Amino acid sequence: MRELSMMEAIREAILQEMRNDSRVLLLGEDVGKFGGAFHVTYGLLDEFGPKRVWDTPISEAGFMGMGVGAALTGLRPIVEFQYADFIFCAMDQIVNQAAKLRLMSGGQACVPIVIRAPQGATGRGAQHSQSVEAWFMHTPGMKVVVPSNPYDAKGLLVSALRDNNPVLFLEHKMLYGSASPGGGKALVDPSIGSLGRDVPEEPYTIPLGEADIKRAGHHVTVVATMLMVHRSLAAADELLAEGIEVEVIDPRTLVPLDIDTILASVRRTHRAVVVSEDVGRAGVGAELAALISHGGFDDLDAPVERVCADSTPIPFAPAAQDHAIPSRADIVQAIRRALSDE
Amino acid sequence: MDRISEPFDFTGLETELLLEMYRRMLQAREFEEQLYYLFLTRSMPGTMHQATGQEAVAVGVISALNQDDYVTSTHRGHAHSIAKGVDLKAMMAEMFAKRAGVCKGMGGSMHLCDFSKGMLGAFGIVGAGIPIATGAAISAYVRDSGQVAVSFFGDGAVNAGVFHEALNMAALWKLPAIFVCENNQFALSMTIEESSAVENLASRACAYDIPGQQVDGNNVVAVYRAAKIAAERARAGEGPTLLECLTYRIRGHARFEAAHYRDTKEVETWKQLDPIRRFGEALLNHNLASQAQLEHIQTTVEGEIEAAIEFAEASPEVAAEDYLLYITDEASHA
Repeated sequence: MRELSMMEAIREAILQEMRNDSRVLLLGEDVGKFGGAFHVTYGLLDEFGPKRVWDTPISEAGFMGMGVGAALTGLRPIVEFQYADFIFCAMDQIVNQAAKLRLMSGGQACVPIVIRAPQGATGRGAQHSQSVEAWFMHTPGMKVVVPSNPYDAKGLLVSALRDNNPVLFLEHKMLYGSASPGGGKALVDPSIGSLGRDVPEEPYTIPLGEADIKRAGHHVTVVATMLMVHRSLAAADELLAEGIEVEVIDPRTLVPLDIDTILASVRRTHRAVVVSEDVGRAGVGAELAALISHGGFDDLDAPVERVCADSTPIPFAPAAQDHAIPSRADIVQAIRRALSDE
Repeated sequence: MDRISEPFDFTGLETELLLEMYRRMLQAREFEEQLYYLFLTRSMPGTMHQATGQEAVAVGVISALNQDDYVTSTHRGHAHSIAKGVDLKAMMAEMFAKRAGVCKGMGGSMHLCDFSKGMLGAFGIVGAGIPIATGAAISAYVRDSGQVAVSFFGDGAVNAGVFHEALNMAALWKLPAIFVCENNQFALSMTIEESSAVENLASRACAYDIPGQQVDGNNVVAVYRAAKIAAERARAGEGPTLLECLTYRIRGHARFEAAHYRDTKEVETWKQLDPIRRFGEALLNHNLASQAQLEHIQTTVEGEIEAAIEFAEASPEVAAEDYLLYITDEASHA
């Protein structure tokens, strides 16, 4: 076992799949000689050459569409967006083309494409900070992967690269363990002890659609993704001092969603809190709360609590940004509310 | 108008190829005319956009390709699919939203595709097929397959951002692609003069340092020759070509749209330049076909379309839950 950062684990998954399968290629801005905005693709151009690693112009809709065309004709492209916010430049190609082609063609089309993008609020202002998962959770025909740690990231990315559908693979900038260009040292959230994790060298897969219980507890179920897994674990640590045992479930993929694991937990705890960095309104938290409320209606002793970002573009000022997205304290409060009728 | 009155140059072309092109054009015309009649006389699902008068573009370009070359098409795309050899019965069944349709009744007129024929799809979003064809060209290049990818799009699409993005990348990387602008003069109601800062759309090729050529789009032989050169260039690794095929949308935008925004005299003038009539007359004048031969092709095609309609009518309906099979592919992947 070696300790890898999220960035290194993702790079290793790409590298190994590119070695194993000559159909895998990479398209995106600065993914080649520069090595990617967060250094994820560093070294791949040297190993695989320009036929496999394409440094594209700033043409998001164009290179996303080219990824679709390549996927339709026998290749398995990875399309990298420098920031998840930039995906919106390519929405037609993702939502109207990649995600709809299989159905529109009556099952003829196979669109094996992995769309990778870093997301999350990290002090860069509103156009480099948005959490975009709900947009694509709302788009039938594609899958959405939201890893929270290096081990999961590698196994999920290998699965995504072997999947026959468009997969959005989101990477949280705060979890990479790498800095952006000019960004100095890596950003680290105070809720995270170490960004490195044991990651086996040999390729392995984690099936899309299997949640992972990151911490067992019997008083309340917290469902969280990406950075919010870590903040939820920190909240759980805080509450343990009071004897409150929090179960933290990381769905790992939002589509497909392992609702069974979540509902089974709620049957044990009778209380649920959902935590998501995207906005609450019509967001991931809304969907999870609806599913838990419906599927767990007879088990719940309290309403499902939602802890999500305010419905605002992410503001620049650090204090304002931190106020807009869920903090450990927000999660602690929500858990207390969920337990308050005891 | 003088740009679309190019005389037919049959030099060096096999009669068999010419008659095949004539047959394909008639198939496209007859398919859409019968479809139009069906929409007029009974309840048909959805909508459809006719390319009446534009058949020479689809047939001329696709006749210059190899069978395994790729094509992307548009919302006005029946002729492209027919020229690419998509089965007429399966196409017609798709118009009827039947399970035997080429897309199992899940796509409809605007989303026709047949991957077994290299028809990657008609795209209902204007311009969307341009980068997708460019991606097919990257794929052909990466796999070193020798294939060419052709994107058909209308004059409206050249004002979409993806036109620029895709042509720039295709030219930059010398990809085996051909960009065919089917200039039928109208983006629904909007003319070139109203929508583009330059009227000569082929001239936009200079921005990418690639050949850009205006072609008489109602002369199937002229289109064929231009596409042949573009395909050879693409296959030789010399990069893409922009062809602007000048033609005219004889019908309205969709179904029964009356196109009140245009001059009826202009429509009449273009009807005189009908690509099938012109081609037929030229074949007769050059003694490449007899009247009887052309009539026989016409009769045969009418029978094919009639049979396609009968097939479609007799086909079983889609089961309401069929779509559940096609949302994602869950077949195990090696």
